[in-house]
Amino acid sequence: MISEGWCVVLELIVISTLNGVLFGMLLFLMASGLTVIFSMLGVLNFAHASFYMLGAFFGFQISRWVGFWPALFIAPLLAGALGAAVERFGLRRVHRNGHVAELLFTFGLAFAIEEIVQIIWGKSPVDFRIPASLDFPAFRIFSTNYPAYKMFMLLVSIAIFVGLLVVLKKSRVGLIVQAALTHPHMVGHLGHNVGRIFMLVFGVGTALAAVAGVIAGPALVTQSNMAALLGPILFVVVVVGGLGSLPGAFVASLLIGLVQTFAVSMNGSLAGAFGPLGPDYAQTWLSDIWGVTVAQVAPIMPYVLLVLILIFRPMGLLGTRET
Amino acid sequence: MTELASSVAPPNPALSERLKFYGIWIAVALLLLVLPKIFGSGGALTTFSLIGISIIFSLSYNILLGQTGLLSFGHAVYYGLGGFLVIHAINIIGANKLPIPLPVVPLVGGLTGLFFAALLGWVSTQRSGTAFAMISLGVAELIASSALILRTFFGGEAGISANRTKLFRLFDWSFGPQIQIYYLVAAWTLLAIIAMYALTRTPLGRMCNAVRDNPERVQFVGYDPHVIRYLAFCFAGFFAGVAGALAAINFEIANSAYLGAVQSGTVLFSTYIGGVGYFIGPIVGAIFVTALSLSLSDLTSVWQLYFGLFFIAVVTFAPGGITGLLMMHRPLLRGGTLGKVLPSYLIALIPTLALVAGLILAIESIVHHTVNPGDDPNIKAFGMSFNASSPITWIIALFLIVGGFVVARETWRRLARAWDDALTVAHERGYHA
Repeated sequence: MISEGWCVVLELIVISTLNGVLFGMLLFLMASGLTVIFSMLGVLNFAHASFYMLGAFFGFQISRWVGFWPALFIAPLLAGALGAAVERFGLRRVHRNGHVAELLFTFGLAFAIEEIVQIIWGKSPVDFRIPASLDFPAFRIFSTNYPAYKMFMLLVSIAIFVGLLVVLKKSRVGLIVQAALTHPHMVGHLGHNVGRIFMLVFGVGTALAAVAGVIAGPALVTQSNMAALLGPILFVVVVVGGLGSLPGAFVASLLIGLVQTFAVSMNGSLAGAFGPLGPDYAQTWLSDIWGVTVAQVAPIMPYVLLVLILIFRPMGLLGTRET
Repeated sequence: MTELASSVAPPNPALSERLKFYGIWIAVALLLLVLPKIFGSGGALTTFSLIGISIIFSLSYNILLGQTGLLSFGHAVYYGLGGFLVIHAINIIGANKLPIPLPVVPLVGGLTGLFFAALLGWVSTQRSGTAFAMISLGVAELIASSALILRTFFGGEAGISANRTKLFRLFDWSFGPQIQIYYLVAAWTLLAIIAMYALTRTPLGRMCNAVRDNPERVQFVGYDPHVIRYLAFCFAGFFAGVAGALAAINFEIANSAYLGAVQSGTVLFSTYIGGVGYFIGPIVGAIFVTALSLSLSDLTSVWQLYFGLFFIAVVTFAPGGITGLLMMHRPLLRGGTLGKVLPSYLIALIPTLALVAGLILAIESIVHHTVNPGDDPNIKAFGMSFNASSPITWIIALFLIVGGFVVARETWRRLARAWDDALTVAHERGYHA
């Protein structure tokens, strides 16, 4: 017989694992595009999270006009076309000014996209709802109902992950992309139309981010600051996984997803474990550290992980490249 | 031996050269002294103080970006921590009646910046390039989020404040009125500019440039690029701390916005727009961006969008920034061929302005319909009055954008050709820079 207390712990573990894997897979949807773009073009797309945001807002707007299901396809296509245009008419031009200029270009772009989204949809969250056909509990674990929409998110991201894997491993384009991950110059020398591949990869990468945006929009908050909130975590993922390593990005996405989700669900603090500080220290900054709960430090967990990785393994978990 | 030494070392500058060099600094000092006599209003003094702070901050950022080639997305960490420590220092000095006057307090900020740069810099500067950029972003997020958790020290959302007038007084200066703060900021700005200029002339400053251009070669010469990047990072942290301290003294408050991503982005914008290739670039950028953000916010409600678009335009078309653009004309000016390109400039200016006007018209009309749709459609932006709902406005905007773009592209091509011809002539006459 399992006692009452164990049930609660087990429930917490199951739910947090599900949520953590879900968040991790969403992160990987974005990190995969970011990693492939970085490996091929040599530019870290600072605006990648902005395309995730654009996906969410496009999805919101289109689902208002024609419903959620068409939006799930149209919004990523739109965002991907926009991404391809950015590569073709923006980045390719800036390329001759060097990598710093490219990174700064995407930085300016992220800034401008946030402003434009604020102008069109305002600063407050928009009412992006879960479609009615998915608004029911999928199953019940002990006392918690797990929403079907979250299972849908998980399935979509796993399906895309498997699809990506097949395309990368089996198709001709996938082979070229794979070759370009490690030997970008050689691919160019072999006579492939590098410019078009770059545009394609940039478009597909931003479209993937937009898919993540459309499916995450109703579950999370669709707001003009969502890119600024998620962007830094995304960069932590690619640095922790190792810049330019797809398997690394996958491991790091799941790791960060799980770490953050578990941290949010825990309420312990040092004061809870060892008792509160004496009255002498009650008003000093030491009491802040002592009294803060694990859930409160959850937002900084990814960055702590980043610093630890930098100290002990500067290349990242599975990274091989120096820069 | 003496002969060899004299042929290797550059010759001693002539008296006129030295006069010119020191003359510039003396002229700057005099300018800073008389500036409040010319523009004495409170608003102008506040603007000057903000510009001075921004100059120190941008120059400190350029130690990283321009001189060492390190693109940082988290420079505001050292600025903000300097500001917080200074507010705490003022409170402690005031409470204990220590004999420390306000003018030396910014040193506290500088040392704070130095301390944290020394602490965080070693892991951050292990790698350069994109990895460094991402790491600086992560570290900045870590510090900024921690600041919201450590409420007692950072004061949470509201921040912490201090009273700068309660300190030990020297020559009876209370530092209550803005004019005294202006002189404090001006003095520190001049000191910091001189110090940072001197830094670029030291062997370390030269090695920083070498690390930026070719780290592998630096290793062959026997230096460790990591150590050089680290030292540059520490210096940048120190001056950022001074800037943050002056900002905290100016506003008498420090809050979490000081540390945040917006502040880091602003310094990046002003440094890059000014131009990272020249020492004077960040100074120009700081003046320009501060003035621009103050004046644009009066003209339009979406000034940040224009600001972002302007930055994208600078990155795309003028990667050298404003100073880079101006310095491009130096060989033409000295070669006497600048006159040949001026007509092409004037021709290119007209369609470009039309394009910009069309964009502004379109943006302002869209803003009117999305942000405040219920208001009177007759709106005014940048001094132009127009009806945002009328189809004529839309047609004009579309015409200006499309027509302006097509014509501008052609005129800029012509300008590029005229430019090449003029430059060739200037080169033939022996002027290369």
